[in-house]
Amino acid sequence: MNTAVDVSRFVRTEKIEALPPPKLARGPIAWVRENLFSSPINTALTLAVAYLLFVLIPPILDFLFFNAVWTGTDRAACRAETAGHPVGACWAFVVSKINFFTYGSYPAEERWRVNIFFVLLAIGVAWLLWLRAPRRDLGAVYFFWLFPIASYVLLTGGNVDIGLRAWLLFATIGVVFMAAIGFAAFMLKTSVRSAVLVAAGIVAVLGVTLALLDWDWGLEPVPTSRWGGILVTLLVATVGIVFSLPFGILLALGRRSKLPILRMASVIFIEFVRGVPLITVLIMANTMLPLFLPPDVTVDRLTRPLVGVAFFASAYMAEVVRGGLQAMPKGQYEGAMSLGLNYPQMMVLIILPQALRIVIPGIVNTFIGLFKDTSLVSVVGIFDLVKTIEASRIDPNWAAPTISYTGYAFAALFYFIFCWGMSRYSLGVERRLAAGHKR
Amino acid sequence: MATTSTIRQTSAAEIDPRAEPAIQLIDVHKWYGEFHVLRDINLNVRRGERIVICGPSGSGKSTMIRCINRLEEHQKGRIIVNGTELTNDLKRIDEVRRDVGMVFQHFNLFPHLTILENCTLAPIWVKKMSKKDAEEIAMKYLTRVKIPEQANKYPGQLSGGQQQRVAIARSLCMNPKIMLFDEPTSALDPEMVKEVLDTMVGLAEEGMTMLCVTHEMGFARQVADRVIFMDYGQIVEMNTPDEFFKNPQHERTRMFLSQILH
Repeated sequence: MNTAVDVSRFVRTEKIEALPPPKLARGPIAWVRENLFSSPINTALTLAVAYLLFVLIPPILDFLFFNAVWTGTDRAACRAETAGHPVGACWAFVVSKINFFTYGSYPAEERWRVNIFFVLLAIGVAWLLWLRAPRRDLGAVYFFWLFPIASYVLLTGGNVDIGLRAWLLFATIGVVFMAAIGFAAFMLKTSVRSAVLVAAGIVAVLGVTLALLDWDWGLEPVPTSRWGGILVTLLVATVGIVFSLPFGILLALGRRSKLPILRMASVIFIEFVRGVPLITVLIMANTMLPLFLPPDVTVDRLTRPLVGVAFFASAYMAEVVRGGLQAMPKGQYEGAMSLGLNYPQMMVLIILPQALRIVIPGIVNTFIGLFKDTSLVSVVGIFDLVKTIEASRIDPNWAAPTISYTGYAFAALFYFIFCWGMSRYSLGVERRLAAGHKR
Repeated sequence: MATTSTIRQTSAAEIDPRAEPAIQLIDVHKWYGEFHVLRDINLNVRRGERIVICGPSGSGKSTMIRCINRLEEHQKGRIIVNGTELTNDLKRIDEVRRDVGMVFQHFNLFPHLTILENCTLAPIWVKKMSKKDAEEIAMKYLTRVKIPEQANKYPGQLSGGQQQRVAIARSLCMNPKIMLFDEPTSALDPEMVKEVLDTMVGLAEEGMTMLCVTHEMGFARQVADRVIFMDYGQIVEMNTPDEFFKNPQHERTRMFLSQILH
């Protein structure tokens, strides 16, 4: 066998065929050896974890399934002395209270309206989240305009008494707004006609919205104080998620703006909201918001925490989005500018799609945090899912040792399903978007 | 172009008012903080002229051409592109950028868009073209740079040379009157330089006004009307390629050439 040292010229004429790897480098045994028992420390850790699982898993399974009570009408089914066997989770309690957990005190004969709301929400979410869904532009119109109106009318009953005076005020403001936009277009020497048409479109959309809310649909009004349970949890989470992303993006852009006032305002808002716990924001929204508003304006008691949660989430979202913006190479801005794109076009078409993709994990992280934080609205007296469980577990009808655990296990399951779903979805999106165009 | 070959250095006073030049830089200065990057730059580029700019790194050559489409701001002097003087007026900047295409060292393609979308984006959004027309034009230029079959791939799937050709096609889709090249071949593997240079030679032969920062001296010899050597933020020497390479006047130019021409 020659080595390169004593051969001055060498030409290989045939290709060396690929050989399979050695036997012990593949297969399940190799995997176990490599991943579980590769060193003494790893072996010890593997054994310790196996022992822990052995200790923990069987009791949990016993509690949740094998000793669980699935049927029953009151506490007798869930007390060991009356049931005659050890009792784990009392699912019968959840079954009997499920309506309260879902709707709160929403009147029983009107609950079909909430069900329609759930269906509409599911349609909207699926339409927007399924990346290959047909006509996602229509989906956006549906989700951000029709769906909120429909939900409002369905859940509250609609028939907001706007009154003639308010309509006149709206008409006046609309005309003034159109004139102002037209004048601005004239001053900036752009097309006055298209500017006025756009303004008229905005006024028309607002007018139609108000008219739909004003219309008497013949639905029984249901005050928000009777809403509760999963309905409120999903409502607060949806509003928070839907508002936080666009507001967060605007705040992030504001924070990176060259205009000092805009930048200062964004920084102050973000740092203030981030520096304060959500509970404080909620309590402030609940008690202080009415102080800032004129005395004859009352803000609904469910709206206050909604606004609080949306603001809170926006501040966090802004920082996540800013991270994405900062990760963008300067060349992308320059490429866009050199083609003559203006600032909004550059941001919407080039920078944000890429920046947001980079921070999908962060965005979903914020969403998940927000989803679970909605349980804090209970401190200002809103009956969300956790609060309905709190209220039910002290029901003397169901006084049994495992009722509280069962209730909280149900809440955990509910939150876990939604949060895990969000997490899986974001992983799927990342994988799909990463395919094909790596940098 | 034979008549122009005797011009060595144009200054503001020599501008011919009848033939409006494509680009005029008059007494341009620029500072990065305290650092004086561009010092008294005077340059007149006629329509259809091809200019190659070379010089050591940090000499201000990239900064100079980036000032021409306002990716960088100059602080003193005047820059007039295609009859439009660059000021803080956004409208004028947009006007200039519509007429001036730019090709970057690192391509700066948009990785989240396909090749075709990269090329149609600006025509659709800036020129308000219909999608169909924009795609037609994009395919025309992609065919010209010899990669029409890659239209539906993403930039990350292409080789460096192909990406740079896409970047050239993307600029051409805006039908620019002037093209700026900022070291278009410096980030490429050696075997891909030629395909990009061939594309640029083709453009030059069609009479495009070109300003090209490059160290490809073969390219300079082949197509340039003038070669500019910059150092310390100033134009040290400007001459026809023949004279520039055979008979460099300035000591600094001779040293530079001896280092890059082996």
